[in-house]
Amino acid sequence: MSGITPEIVAEHGLTPDEYDRVLKIMGRAPNLTELGIFSVMWSEHCSYKSSKVWLKKLPTEAPWVICGPGENAGVIDIGGGKACIFKMESHNHPSFIEPYQGAATGVGGILRDVFTMGARPVANMNALRFGSPDHPKTRHLVDGVVAGIGGYGNCMGIPTVGGETNFDPSYNGNILVNAMTVGIADADKIFYSAAAGIGNPVVYVGSKTGRDGIHGATMASAEFDDDSEEKRPTVQVGDPFTEKLLLEACLELMATDAIVAIQDMGAAGLTSSSVEMSDKGGVGIEFDLDLVPVREEAMTPYEIMLSESQERMLMVLKPGREDMARAIFEKWELDFAVIGTVTDTNRLVLKAGGEVVCDIPVPPLVAEAPEYERPWERTPTSPVLSADDALNGIDMSATDALSAMMASPDLCSRRWVWEQYDHMVMGDTVQRPGGDAAVVRVHGTNRGLAITTDCTPRYCVADPVDGGRQAVAEAWRNLTAAGAKPLAITDNMNFGNPERPEIMGQFAGCIEGMAEACRALDFPVVSGNVSLYNETSGAGILPTPAIGGVGLIEDVTANMVSPRFADAEEDIVLIGDTAGHLGRSLLLRQFADRDDGAPPPVDLAAERRNGDFVRSLIRAGSVTACHDLSDGGLLVALAEMALAGGIGAKLAETPDGLPALAWWFGEDQARYVVTTNAAEALLAEAQAANVPARLVGRTGGTVLTLADGNSIPLTDLRNAHENWLPEYMAAS
Amino acid sequence: MKAAVIVSPGSNCDRDVQVALRQSAGADPIMHWHGDPDLPYVDLIVVPGGFSYGDYLRAGAMAAHSPVIREVVARANKGVPVLGICNGFQILTECGLLPGVLMRNAGLKFICRDVDLRVEAADTVFTRAYVNGQIIRIPVAHNEGNYFADEDTLNRLDGDNRVAFRYCTPDGEVIARANPNGASRNIAGILNEARNVLGMMPHPERLADAALGGTDGRPMFDSLVEALAAAA
Repeated sequence: MSGITPEIVAEHGLTPDEYDRVLKIMGRAPNLTELGIFSVMWSEHCSYKSSKVWLKKLPTEAPWVICGPGENAGVIDIGGGKACIFKMESHNHPSFIEPYQGAATGVGGILRDVFTMGARPVANMNALRFGSPDHPKTRHLVDGVVAGIGGYGNCMGIPTVGGETNFDPSYNGNILVNAMTVGIADADKIFYSAAAGIGNPVVYVGSKTGRDGIHGATMASAEFDDDSEEKRPTVQVGDPFTEKLLLEACLELMATDAIVAIQDMGAAGLTSSSVEMSDKGGVGIEFDLDLVPVREEAMTPYEIMLSESQERMLMVLKPGREDMARAIFEKWELDFAVIGTVTDTNRLVLKAGGEVVCDIPVPPLVAEAPEYERPWERTPTSPVLSADDALNGIDMSATDALSAMMASPDLCSRRWVWEQYDHMVMGDTVQRPGGDAAVVRVHGTNRGLAITTDCTPRYCVADPVDGGRQAVAEAWRNLTAAGAKPLAITDNMNFGNPERPEIMGQFAGCIEGMAEACRALDFPVVSGNVSLYNETSGAGILPTPAIGGVGLIEDVTANMVSPRFADAEEDIVLIGDTAGHLGRSLLLRQFADRDDGAPPPVDLAAERRNGDFVRSLIRAGSVTACHDLSDGGLLVALAEMALAGGIGAKLAETPDGLPALAWWFGEDQARYVVTTNAAEALLAEAQAANVPARLVGRTGGTVLTLADGNSIPLTDLRNAHENWLPEYMAAS
Repeated sequence: MKAAVIVSPGSNCDRDVQVALRQSAGADPIMHWHGDPDLPYVDLIVVPGGFSYGDYLRAGAMAAHSPVIREVVARANKGVPVLGICNGFQILTECGLLPGVLMRNAGLKFICRDVDLRVEAADTVFTRAYVNGQIIRIPVAHNEGNYFADEDTLNRLDGDNRVAFRYCTPDGEVIARANPNGASRNIAGILNEARNVLGMMPHPERLADAALGGTDGRPMFDSLVEALAAAA
C-alpha cells in the first residue's frame, strides 16, 4: 500500500518534519497501518514530546521507591513485605464530550494501570474541575461525571474514598477528570512490561476489539477504505463488570509463575502496549492479527492496532503455560488468544491474511520520537496585596463571612458527590471522605495508607512556581494531618496549549516549584500523566498540576487522627505563622469579586518543620484532632472541625496588629489546627522545636462563638454547608 | 457453624462477609463458586453484595439462574438459613425465595451512607442478639434498594411480622425523611414465611469492626453463630 499524501500525514497529526523522520526510520514510505502506529506513538499523549524535557527535572528517587515513572504506575515499599502501587491519570477530553462514559473509562483505565503490575486496587480517588456553576453545561457534566466514576468503581467493588471537586469559569469548555487508583501488592511480586524470551507466546486477554476510540482525526478521511461508513469515530464505552472479571483473572494468573510480562491496553491500545513491551525488553514482537478477538467484522489492521476498546491486556507467558492460563480466563468468561510471539528482530511485524501488513523497527520508533523544547515565557509576577488593600470595601463580621463562604460552591460540603461512591466496600476504609486524607487499612493489618489529591489552580495561575510548591506541600500536609508519613506522589499535569509560550511558562514554573517541594519534603514523584491542549477558542484552563499523595500510618488504632473535634472542653491550638495573606484568597474572590495579588508564599523549611512537629504530636498521642489549613483559612478549618464532630467552640481574641478578617480567612501556608488536653505542654514543646503555636479557643457546646460576641449555631452552619450542592444539582 | 458464601462473577462484598463471619465464628466460611452446583453441607448460606453479572438485565436477575442458586433454593426450602445482603437480597427476590422486587432508588442515584434501622423481628436466627425496637446504624450502598410489593403482600409481611428491619430516624421514627431509597413502608429487610431466609439492603458486615466506625452489624453474625453452633 502506498499513496500516503501530505493531507493524510497532516490528518494523522504529524508535522512534515516528523514525517521525514518516519521516512528515514522506515527507509521507505510507510503504509497506512504503519503511519497510524507512528502517529499514535508520537502523539503528545503517548510521547510526552512537549513535556519530557521538563518532567526530567522532577525528583523520582527515595530509599522506599521501588519503581519510579516509566512503568504503568509507580511502586513504593510500605514495609511488611508489601508494596503500594499508584497513579493518577486524566480523562478530560472524553469526559467533556460524554461525561458518564468518559469518566467511567477514565477510572477503568487507571485501575488497569495498577492491577497490571500485580496489585489489588484498594482505593480510588479523583480530582474534578468543572466550569462556573452558572454555565449551562456544568450541572449536566457534574451529574454525568460523578455517576460515571461511581458506576465504574462501585461495580468493581473498589472504594472511592475521596477527592476534590472545584468550579471555575476557566474550565467551562474543558473540564478536568483526573482519576487515581492505589493498589497493594506483595513487594516481591511486582509485574513489569518488558517482554522477554525469544519464542515466548504473546497473549491477548479481556474484551474483544471493536472500532471504538480510534482517533477521530484519522477516521474522518474517506480515502482510507472503501467502507467509509464503518469508520465512524465512537466514544469508548466502559464495562466495569468485564473489568472486574479481568482483575480477578489476572490476579489469579499472577499467583502462578506463568507471566513474563504484562501491559494493559490503554491509549493507543494494541499499538502502544506491544511497542512498549518490545522496546523495554529489547526484543521484537510478531502478531497474526487474524487471531485477535474482534467484536465487528472486517476490521482492518489499522483499526485493530488503533482501537481503544476497553478492558484488554497483553501478556507474554512462559512457554507451555498457555493451557493453564487459558483455563483461568475461560473460568472468568473472558477471551484468551495467543496472537503472536516474542522475536529477536527488534521489529514489530504484523501479519493479516498471511501477508505482512506492517514491519517497523521498534527502537527508533521509541528512541527517535520527537522531543520539543518549546519556547516558554516566565509568568509575570503579581504584586503582594496588603491585608488593608485586600479588605478595602469588605465590611462584614467574620461570622457573616463564614456563613456565606461555607455555603459557597468552593467550600460547601461535597457529600452529594461522595455518597454516590461506594466508599466502604472492601471493609478497610478507616477515614471516609470529607476529611484531609482518606485512610484505608492494609488488609489484615492495623497499618494504613493515607491518600489525598490536591491543587490550588488559582495560585498556580498567579505564580506557577509557588503554586507548584503549594500543591505538593498541601498534599504533604493533608497526609501529615492524618498522622501519616508522606511517601510519594503521582502528578497529573493539566494545562492549555503547549505551543503558546505563556502556557509552556506555566508548565515550566509549576514543575520548578513542584520539584523544589518534592526535594524539600522527601516526597518524590513515582508516576504521572500530562494532559495538554485543554483549551477552547484560545482560552486555556487555569494551570492545574493535580497532586495525588500517599503516606503510611504504622497503626491506625494509635497513630491516626481526623479533623473531627473529638470532645468538649479541649484546647484548640494553631500551629504555624499567620501573616493574614489574602491575595488570591477565597475571601477576596467571594466578597470583592477579585482574583488578584500574589498567592501565599510557600516556605518549604517551615512546612517541613511544622509538619514534622505535628506528626510527632499525633504519634505521641498528644492531640485528639488535626486539620490542615488551606482554602478559606483558619475560621473555615475550625468550622469544618466543629461540623465534623458536632461540637462547637469558643474562640479567643484575634491578635493585635492584624485585621480580624485577615486573621480568620488569610490563606497562609504551613499551618494546622490541633486539639489537645495538654495545651501547656504542647505549647512548650512547640517553642522548644521553634514551631509557632498559639491557643485559639476551646471546644464545647453546639455553637461557634467568636470573642467579638458574634456566634453561629452549628445547625445553621450545617444547613448552609450541606444544602448548596444538592440544591444546585436539583435545580434545572 | 459451617457457612458458605456464594461467589458469582461480579460479587464484591464476598470478602467483607468472610471477614465478619470469621470474626464471629472463629472459622473461615467456604467461598463457593456459583458455577459449581455441588454445594457442601453447611449450616448457613450467605449471598453477598456486589454487581453479579454487572447487574445487566436487572439487578440479581442473571445470578438467580446460576447453577448453585437452584441448590440454595432447595436448601432454603429444607430450612437451612440463607442470608442475602444487598445484591444478595435482589437475587433472593429474583429466584422467588422472598416476595417483592427491588426497584431503582427513588432519587435515581447510587447511595452510600450509614442509615438508622429499627429492629422489627428479633426472634430469628439472624437477629436474636438484637431486641425488638432497637435502633442500629448500618450502611447502605446501592442503586436498586427501593423495595416494592403489592398491598396484599405488604399486609401479609406486616401481619406475619416478617419485616425484619425498617429505615428510621436516629430516634426510631419510621417516616419518609428516614427512607433513603423510597422503599414501601420503609422496609429494609424481610423474612420468608418459615423465617429462615432474610434479605436486607443494608450491609451489616460493613460495621462489625470498631475501627470502621461502628459495630452495630456484628450482633447479626454473633446471632447466627450462637443459633447455629449446636448444628456444627
